[in-house]
Amino acid sequence: MSLEEPESDILATEEQVGVSEGEVDYDELAALLGDTVIDRERHVNAEGFVVRPDEVQDALFALRNEAGFDHCSCVTAQEYDDRYESIYHLKKYDDPTQEVSVVVPTSKDDPVSQSAEPVYRTADWHEREAYDLVGIDYEGHPDMRRILLPETWQGHPLSQDFSGEEPQVVTLREHANPLQEDHRGQDDTDTMFLNIGPHHPATHGVLHIETVLDGEQVADLDPDIGYLHRCEEQMCQQGTYRHQIMPYPDRWDYISAGILNEWAYARAAEDLADIEVPEYAQVVRTMSAELCRIASHMLAVSTFALDIYGDFTALFMYGIRDREAVQNILEDLTGQRLMFNYLRLGGVAWDLPEPREEFFEKIRDFVDELPERLAEYHDMMTSNEILQMRTVDTGVLPPEEAKSYGATGPVARGSGIDYDLRRDDPYGYYDQLDWDVVTEDGCDNFARLLVRLREVEESARIIEQCVDLLEDWPEDEREIQSNVPRTLRPDPDTEIYRAVEGAKGELGIYMRSDGTDKPARFKIRSPCFSNLQTLPVMSEGEYIPDMIASLGSLDIVLGEVDR
Amino acid sequence: MSSDHTPTADGTETQSTQEARLGEGADDRFNSTLREAFGSTPFILTKFDKFMNWVRGSSMFMLQFGIACCSIEMMHTYAVKHDLDRFGAGVPRASPRQADVIIVPGTIVSKFAPRMKRVYDQMPEPKFVVSMGSCTISGGPFQEGYNVIKGAEEVIPVDIHVPGCPPRPEALVYGVAKLQERIANGESAPVTVKPYELEQFGDLEQDELVDKLADDIDEEDLVMRYNWSDSP
Ligand code: SF4
Repeated sequence: MSLEEPESDILATEEQVGVSEGEVDYDELAALLGDTVIDRERHVNAEGFVVRPDEVQDALFALRNEAGFDHCSCVTAQEYDDRYESIYHLKKYDDPTQEVSVVVPTSKDDPVSQSAEPVYRTADWHEREAYDLVGIDYEGHPDMRRILLPETWQGHPLSQDFSGEEPQVVTLREHANPLQEDHRGQDDTDTMFLNIGPHHPATHGVLHIETVLDGEQVADLDPDIGYLHRCEEQMCQQGTYRHQIMPYPDRWDYISAGILNEWAYARAAEDLADIEVPEYAQVVRTMSAELCRIASHMLAVSTFALDIYGDFTALFMYGIRDREAVQNILEDLTGQRLMFNYLRLGGVAWDLPEPREEFFEKIRDFVDELPERLAEYHDMMTSNEILQMRTVDTGVLPPEEAKSYGATGPVARGSGIDYDLRRDDPYGYYDQLDWDVVTEDGCDNFARLLVRLREVEESARIIEQCVDLLEDWPEDEREIQSNVPRTLRPDPDTEIYRAVEGAKGELGIYMRSDGTDKPARFKIRSPCFSNLQTLPVMSEGEYIPDMIASLGSLDIVLGEVDR
Repeated sequence: MSSDHTPTADGTETQSTQEARLGEGADDRFNSTLREAFGSTPFILTKFDKFMNWVRGSSMFMLQFGIACCSIEMMHTYAVKHDLDRFGAGVPRASPRQADVIIVPGTIVSKFAPRMKRVYDQMPEPKFVVSMGSCTISGGPFQEGYNVIKGAEEVIPVDIHVPGCPPRPEALVYGVAKLQERIANGESAPVTVKPYELEQFGDLEQDELVDKLADDIDEEDLVMRYNWSDSP
């Protein structure tokens, strides 16, 4: 590591460049970047450096290599009246509270900026999405084409001049066979092209994987997404902060992770508009969110078993049985089985159901039975030799690759990356409870399975502690919502990027307000989108059934990948 | 058991008319209460069509087809607790060629609509469609999305709509039971107008857009022409 500033020598032995006393020192970073910075901005979460569009890579390389920002969590693109803008939200895997944004403006008539793909591999898909929806072109990008919308789509829907009135023509055969292109220059005729999906039982939804096989091994693989792109960002940009946005997060990651997603929006909006949340509501949120995590992991584990063993087997039924139990509890709490719509800005919608004792009893019963049920899973899965043969050392994702692709959640933790926003960037009531972050070093399909099963135990621990707290909570202090104005109008040009630990990983939201009661730009950073990018790394050279297992172990939800 | 011989008071065995007609043959294990229910005549007289419809309704092969959030509730409907199999409709088939009912559980977007049409086309006749959730009725919460098709009916004909976002498993069970009832009665859905029929690109009306795309798309490629503002 080269130190540009001799003054920081003493500190630098322990701390990285640009950090003093555990906080990011933006002035020092600015000095590190030198002339590439043309301006500085303040966002709510971090400072932003405005960088010339042809010097993006220099700035990002410096920040990554010298200041240690190794996690590009999101790329937000948007159009202003006078310019286009891409924002790279950078973080550190070691300490996600240390953030910095790199803002790249480009002109209206020629929106071209340098691609960040050589620095962070994850930028590949993020920039394609920015091109697809907003219309910014990235120079030096390896594969600049649409990602969510059909190839033949006309216009860029989140740009200002898009009108939905134009007709569109969509072809059935969207993509040409990639054989020729991928194997250019080789007279390799032994390969076979295979479409998996978009309607296929093993793809966990409407995912299309273009696969090139060499015998039974995967020679090349390209996930084709967008079959469930239902304009979530547009929907949120049309909704008012206070009431109209909250129902949508439930539908991003719809595997019962509703409250976790709602929390992502609640956290971002609360920080944007400076809203306090009463402690009691935080405990309720923490408890219900962890219930959601259990439900979500149960489905992940049981469908993973499905991918490996075949048709509707016992484990799948076990998973569903346990999910039904969680869903019953959540239904008592929220009135819904799947789309909870329970969180509100500044708290939750209503208090726990009466009689409270009965409700607590129900949760305790569930938590008490859980170890026994988990033992069943361990009996049938993790200690099953066949499953071990199929999953140990298959779908290997080395930690460096995982970081470069921005993997988070169980996928990262299965590769030994100790990254969990509940602990590292605390919110809710997590920092006052006693629980552990689960990591495994296997980097393979088995490790990811283990992480999920063990996380269920940790969630149960959290829930138990929350129930203890709630039981003893004095009756007159049960404040479920703080006072929030009927219409929220955050100050114009406030920008924020905030994330929570969703069921699948870091679920972040970027919002920019323009002084009205609706966000001017609403961008969702979905963990599955980044995690799915690692599939080629995990599967190339592996057998095709192992590719299916890897896909299952990633636990993607297409609603969240495509948004 | 009706096939058992009934000893009379004097010890000789007499046969009831029913037993006589049933004759030897059927092993006890194959007997059913249904057979008993037919009374003295183990024959049924019915119209072939009616019988076929009854059979069709009583044993339906569902297509294993998941799109969005609603498919999670659909999985719960198939699995323990709700167990759609109790109604003779619970064995999902992975291939459309083996299925006769398709439940459409989720939001349909422009890129997926032609695929869904193709899956539907691959199912053998007679085939039935249950649309599950508000999205397949009208686009649901995403109706205003630039990319969202406003209902499954724009692409394929639908027999039963199950409203909800998502419908509870009980609602889906009810929808399927209703479909079975309709099939048993020989009713079918009115043929709906399908504005987004797949066409060959060469058959599309020539206009600016078609001219522009002519370089990228083959004449024979199947395409869907989609206009957000046109749909109902
Ligand atoms: S109807 Fe509701 S639950 Fe069903 S797919 Fe649409 S948004 Fe999801």
